[in-house]
Order: sequence, then C-alpha cells, then structure tokens
Amino acid sequence: MGKPVIATASLAGCFGCHMSILDIDERILRLVELVEFNKSPIDDIKRFTKPADIGLIEGGCSNSENVAVLRDFRKNCRVLVSLGECAVMGGLPALRNSIPLKECLEEAYLNSPTVDPGERVIPNDEDLPVILDKVYPCHEVVKIDCFLPGCPPSADLIWEALTAIIEGRPLNLAYDLIKFD
Amino acid sequence: MSEIRFTIDGRPCVARAGQTIVEAAKANGVWIPVLCHYEGLKPVGSCRICTVRVAGRYMAACTQPVTEGMAVENTAPDLEDMRKSLIEMLFVEGNHFCPSCEKSGNCELQALAYRYRMMVPRFPYLWPGRALDARAPRLMLERNRCIQCLRCVRGIRAKDGRKVFAAVERGPRVTIEIDQRLAAGLSDAEARRAMDICPVGAILRKETGFAVPIGKRKYDGAPIGSDVEKGAGR
Repeated sequence: MGKPVIATASLAGCFGCHMSILDIDERILRLVELVEFNKSPIDDIKRFTKPADIGLIEGGCSNSENVAVLRDFRKNCRVLVSLGECAVMGGLPALRNSIPLKECLEEAYLNSPTVDPGERVIPNDEDLPVILDKVYPCHEVVKIDCFLPGCPPSADLIWEALTAIIEGRPLNLAYDLIKFD
Repeated sequence: MSEIRFTIDGRPCVARAGQTIVEAAKANGVWIPVLCHYEGLKPVGSCRICTVRVAGRYMAACTQPVTEGMAVENTAPDLEDMRKSLIEMLFVEGNHFCPSCEKSGNCELQALAYRYRMMVPRFPYLWPGRALDARAPRLMLERNRCIQCLRCVRGIRAKDGRKVFAAVERGPRVTIEIDQRLAAGLSDAEARRAMDICPVGAILRKETGFAVPIGKRKYDGAPIGSDVEKGAGR
C-alpha cells in the first residue's frame, strides 16, 4: 500500500487555514514521510491525478466555482474534512447572509466611494463564477466527514486530526484544541 | 436547620431546605450547566440547558427545589446530548461569528459548546436579519448574538429601580430593546455589569474591546464548570 494521499483547497477562505497546516513546525518533515500531496495550492497540482484519502476544505461556498470544486473533492476524496470556521459555518464571508445579495452588490460596485468616476457596473462577464444568494457551509452542499473548527484551527488540532484519520482511530480532542476563534 | 438528603447520579449529597437543584449541586461540587440563570437573579428556567431527570420526569434544575430522597440524573448520555442540541440550536438561530466577537473566550455559550465538544451544529443555519443598536453612550446592543436569556432585562436597573432593558414581542420575534434615557444615565461600572451579565457578546461596552489577550481569557484554559467541580474534593 502506498502513502495516504492528501488534497487541499481554499474556497471562500483567506488561506489562513492553509497557513495553519504549514504551522506544524518540524512535524512537517514527518508529514512528508507519512503522506503524499495531490491537488493542492501547496504543490500547485491543479487537477486530481489520483483518488485522495483525505480532502481538506478551507472556506465555505460563496459562488458556483466553490461548489464545483467542493463536489470534485467529494467525488475524489475518501474522507472530506471541513477545515476552519468558514468551511464549518460560513465564517466572515457569511456576514452577508442576512443582507439581500442585490444590496451587497450595489453597495460594493455602484454606491461605494471610488477614485474612478467612469460608468459603474456590477461585474457580469460570463467567465466569472455566479455568486450565490448566501455563503453556505460545506456540509450544506456535500456530505462532510470531519469538522475542525477554529480561525484558524490550531496546527495541533490539524496534526491530531490528520494522524487520527491516517491511523483509523477516533480523534483525541483535548479541551484546548477546540476553539472557534 | 433541616438537612435534605438526595443523590446526583447516585452520589449522596446534602442540601438545605429551599435550595434549588443547581444551587445544591454546586454546594456538593457537582456542576449542572446553566445559561439563562445568573447568580443573584431569580431563576426563570427558560433556556432548559440545566434540564435534569428525576423519577423519569424532566425538570429545570435552576428552578426546581431539592426534596428529600430525590434521585437526580445529571450526566446520562441522552440528557447530555439534549443539552448539546440546545446549544447547537442557539448557534444556528442567531448570527454567531466567534472569530470577530469581542466576547470570544469569555462567552458562556461558546464555553458550553467547547465543553460539549460541538464541532458543528446538527441543524441548518437560519441567518436571521437583526438590527444593531448603538445609540446608548456607553453600550452597544448587538442583537445578532442575543440568545434571549433575559438576564439583562432581569438584572440591570436604573438607580430608581426601573428596568434598562426590555423584551419586546414574543416567541421567535422577541427582541431586546434599551430604554435610551435610562441607558444614557448608566455609569461606567453599571455598563460593565451589563456586559458581564450578558452570557454572549450581545451587550458590549463602547471604546474598549479585546483588552485581554488570547490565552488569558476566562475559558481559554479550563472548561466552564471546572471551578465548581474543583470544590468537589473538599
């Protein structure tokens, strides 16, 4: 059996959770020995070249591209993990969820202060992903197997979860590993 | 002074006549979670986090007095899961953005979620639209985080005894309002007490925030309730 394969993606997130993955210090050397990375911004592999054992998803779904990437991960990953507050509950992008989308777009593109007094439009090029009515937590779009809250989740929590999933044991969640901030 | 003998999860305990289950449990070093209850205020039993089971019946431990021979079930797995589901309901019912909340680390709702290992709520998020009220000079009312426990309504009064906060409407439409005239007369200490009496980040003092660094906040190191349980060995 080969090494377990890990894939990662950042949807409507800030890449803070990916930074936290790298924050496992010298354990990263052990991680490289333990696993192999596939599609991920860390190694810049753009498409799945083989099925993954673990998929780590940062960020919720704010537009149609986020949904497509998330569904692609669900199809290709055995265990799918919501990593961080945005994936778990929408996070700061979801602050817009109680405001109608039209109002958000008008505020951002038509009514906000600008240094460019030209004609103002709401971007609608067909190549742009369609923005969703709300920001959705990942588990409201596909089935998620494991949830790691935190903004970002601590490197210790990520390490514990990864090693537990690889070893096929339940997570050992010490009190100070669970934080929502 | 009559002493009442009762048990919690089979453990023998003693209580004074008139004590509620929550009070008596605390005196015996047993923690029962509370949220709408605040020491010094008359308990109302509205949030049901403190639900225990006695002789097969469910009751709010913050309002129910202890009686002789009572056998209280406190940590049965189904009770604990029901409490956890109540916490989860409160999380999806409001807009709780912990990463950007001034109360994070000192919030009782968050601390209960930590203690009950809430990794994600089992219910869909509702994303209600709630207005923020920042008119009072020393206080801000951030209704997105309000859990309608009414601790502010019951506990914060002006010098003449009038209530500063009030609940308007009922059921899912209930909102907290501030009497602007009374709120304008609150001292800094009274504003601090209003913020402290709020279990979540719905009542905030203005011109201060994030004063305590991460790691030194109330629930950073030890779970909520561990202070009560620490007294258990005495």
